[in-house]
Amino acid sequence: MSAKSVTTATFQADVLSSGKPVLVDFWAEWCGPCRMVSPILDEISAEHGEKLTIVKVNVDEEPALAQQYGITSIPALQVFQGGEVVKSIVGAKPKPQLLADLSEFIN
Amino acid sequence: MREVIIIGSGPAGYTAGIYTARAGLNPLLIASSVEAGGELMKTTEVENYPGFPTGLQGPELMDAFRAQAERFGTEVLLDDVIEVDLTGAIKIVKTGGGQTFEAKTVILATGAAYRELGLPREKELSGHGVSWCATCDGFFFREKTIAVIGGGDSAMEEATFLTRFASKVYLIHRRDTFKASKIMQERALANPKIEVVWNTEVAELLGEGKLSGIVTRNTVDGSTKQLDLDGLFIAVGNDPRVWLVENQVELTAEKFIKVEGRSSKTSLPGVFACGDVIDPTYRQAITAAGSGCVAALDAEHYLADVK
Repeated sequence: MSAKSVTTATFQADVLSSGKPVLVDFWAEWCGPCRMVSPILDEISAEHGEKLTIVKVNVDEEPALAQQYGITSIPALQVFQGGEVVKSIVGAKPKPQLLADLSEFIN
Repeated sequence: MREVIIIGSGPAGYTAGIYTARAGLNPLLIASSVEAGGELMKTTEVENYPGFPTGLQGPELMDAFRAQAERFGTEVLLDDVIEVDLTGAIKIVKTGGGQTFEAKTVILATGAAYRELGLPREKELSGHGVSWCATCDGFFFREKTIAVIGGGDSAMEEATFLTRFASKVYLIHRRDTFKASKIMQERALANPKIEVVWNTEVAELLGEGKLSGIVTRNTVDGSTKQLDLDGLFIAVGNDPRVWLVENQVELTAEKFIKVEGRSSKTSLPGVFACGDVIDPTYRQAITAAGSGCVAALDAEHYLADVK
């Protein structure tokens, strides 16, 4: 299952108010590395979805969200917990490295 | 046991795939999980690849390479090679995904990785104003002031591309001439948003949590200056990606994989290398593709001899 898209309108409910940690994948159509990371995130979501919710923000459609969270490079993966960014991962990384970076949320 | 494993998925790797697949060798091409397609995935318009008179996008070209390799039976695996043992007659290749493969021949087409400036805090500010990929990150610098560091084709391309977004682009180069091709230089120099800063290098990155500027140093008189910036794009070249094999195959003094004459033969029998990882000079998509073809033919001859 591919990750749900969130927008400015749904960000509060889907991300900031979530009881579970939420990984937000800031991406765009034109970003090659984003396209490579996307299926890896889908796999992580399938394997660890009960502990970590994974959603996407399209920076073309939601530039205000990208700006608000200081995104200057994509893919950018930010983990939110209790409404705060608690982890920020910049750039496309292979799955074993992503799993290691996310270990505190999925183990 | 495989006949051929190809490591890398740029023009060299995929061309080696096309040729070895058409030779009936059922190649396995390990493409990387997040960098499949190689350097061209980060470029926009490719105007100099023969056969495409009106140009095409880098990712589009690489999709075509991949489709052509797969059409003849190249098996493409989106995983990363983390360890190899190429010294014996049977070559062993391990991936980050936990698989181990064996093959009679290995073609190394691992390309080159971007070079860092080597400044303190460069990593920390990466993704926070410091970038190596204009096509990925230019979008975030609308109406901002940025600088591109470098003097080659990629610096020209990045600077020109970034003027679509930025209000001002400084093109900073440590010498007083560019190494870039004439057409790319002319395009950059004619762009009213680009200001070239000659004989200058970056001495320091400024900003807490996010880049706010740089300190530049004049390479002639040593004088320093502060320049406020929202973004810094580094295009100072690439280094051959040899870490997987550097303790097994012979390298040149410049740390490229050493090959015999015009062939792709490395110091190890059954191990061939092609593309940017062997090429300190030309480093074009078309030369890499040609080099991938050479490696495929060399591997094919080697397999015919050992049978």
